[in-house]
Amino acid sequence: MKPISGKALKYGDNINTDIISPGAYMQLSIEKQAEHAMEGIDDDFTTKVKFLDIMVVGENFGSGSSRETAPLVLKANNIKAIVAKSFARIFYRNAINIGLPVVELDTSSIDEGDELVVDVLTGKVENLTKGEEYQGVGIPSHVLKIIEDGSLKAYLKNKARQ
Amino acid sequence: MQMTLAEKILARASGKSFVKAGDIVFCKPDTAMIHDLLGPVIFADDFKELGGKIKHPERVVVIADHSAPPATVEQANMVKKTREWAWGNNVGEFYQFKGACHQLLVDGGHISPGNLVVGTDSHTCTAGALGAFGTDVGSTEMLGVLLTGEIWLRVPESILVNWVGEFSLGVMAKDAALKTIGKVGHGGATYMAVEFGGSLIRNLPLDERLVFTNMAVEMGAKTGLIKPDEKVGDFLDSIGKNDGEYFISDDNAAYREVLEFDATKLTPTLAAPHEVDNVYPVTDYEGQVLDQCYIGSCTGGRLTDFASAAKILKGRKVSKKVRCLIVPASEKVWREASKLGYLDILAEAGCVISAPACGACGGFTNGVLGDGERCISSSNRNFIGRMGSKKAEVFLASPMTVAASAIAGMITDPRNFL
Ligand code: SF4
Repeated sequence: MKPISGKALKYGDNINTDIISPGAYMQLSIEKQAEHAMEGIDDDFTTKVKFLDIMVVGENFGSGSSRETAPLVLKANNIKAIVAKSFARIFYRNAINIGLPVVELDTSSIDEGDELVVDVLTGKVENLTKGEEYQGVGIPSHVLKIIEDGSLKAYLKNKARQ
Repeated sequence: MQMTLAEKILARASGKSFVKAGDIVFCKPDTAMIHDLLGPVIFADDFKELGGKIKHPERVVVIADHSAPPATVEQANMVKKTREWAWGNNVGEFYQFKGACHQLLVDGGHISPGNLVVGTDSHTCTAGALGAFGTDVGSTEMLGVLLTGEIWLRVPESILVNWVGEFSLGVMAKDAALKTIGKVGHGGATYMAVEFGGSLIRNLPLDERLVFTNMAVEMGAKTGLIKPDEKVGDFLDSIGKNDGEYFISDDNAAYREVLEFDATKLTPTLAAPHEVDNVYPVTDYEGQVLDQCYIGSCTGGRLTDFASAAKILKGRKVSKKVRCLIVPASEKVWREASKLGYLDILAEAGCVISAPACGACGGFTNGVLGDGERCISSSNRNFIGRMGSKKAEVFLASPMTVAASAIAGMITDPRNFL
């Protein structure tokens, strides 16, 4: 899998799934739900993602509900990867299962707008703007195949075909 | 080799005699629970494309609770799609409008000690009060479970939370659960199992124990567990399905951390907006004016909850300034609360009794909050936008505190009415 290039969109700690994907819109299509992503704390999220496409966040990202719509609405907003100090357990699994790359890393020195290159497999993140490199934790090897296939669905489909 | 309760259950589920924290194991879940919000509405097409055959249909329980009874056409269509999928695939059980999923799993005998239960809902950890390992999965992951009958899991480390002593007047399991979360923090048990023990837990009835395991996920935990004992056995006997394996942690099992709490010192407790670990004594917030008081959900809508609320509200009236909603966690809870006269007392006091379901707890139906409104609730989450408007405020507290606050129309310590 090729490293992912993009610009940092920064948020803090403990962003929960009710913020990422509010329950009130869950009856709508993913595209419609995506219009409301993150609105609890940032009304401009859907504008910002046009320029900033790698989310860089703090501790415990995605806590709360098991709703897969949380990573799905971020993906639908063209977020290419998420780099977090730490992830909530279920968000981490869900992100992998829907094919949204995730890396655990100390994100303190990354600022909004920084140009990043994220290597999901090695967990290495390059900050082109600051000329820095950080070593984080990539996707564990036993689930690598899922990301490489694109999603758990694609993985299951490939498996069924074999 | 010594194992924790969590390790023993995952050893059994993966067909091994020994596993340890950190191992990645392939497990066969005993029960797979799917609800209307995150189930067939999301995966039905892919399920069909992947062959459309459930490996163990008898282990699958499908529940329409989040959009129930539907308030909009979209919700009605979600329920319909869920129902058609459940009936079309001969799943073990399908419930609609009978209550919140986690309570229905308990009431219906779908959880036995020693089981591995996976569900498309974060509070699947509730199952742990019966000595089962309950954990949440996403919709796509559930698709994998349906098709293959298997799931990979990392065996979690365990934190032991011991509660000793006895509750003083006006204090309930919810207060202790909030206190625990305040201490551990909302990410403090991420990836871990939280086992609750000690004399307090042992002496509590099953429906109060369920409050602890239900809220384990609010610390980030993978599951919450309580050693299954004769109270669990008695309950399972009463529904005629006592067939589990009563594992308990070995004496020298390795815990990552052991925390001790003394119930005797605990006073009524609440979580202030907008985080569950934002925990204070109720007295710190007394006098905050309210719009809604909510007693319900898979956390705070069981028999003991309504018995306790009825004790406070008996012969008293809900303030005209607020509405007090009662949402039993299940139809069975409803029937028992009715038979014992609690619902009459609550209705007499001016509470509104609503259908057993998820209701406003997740912001779906029956009493969602408007802009700037403030609610006190016996449910489990107070996140921004959780119960409706992102401009509303939610305080979490015990059913007794909610009942006392309903009388005063403002946040009130229940000990004022005992
Ligand atoms: S009652 Fe609330 S917490 Fe429980 S399953 Fe329903 S929405 Fe979730």
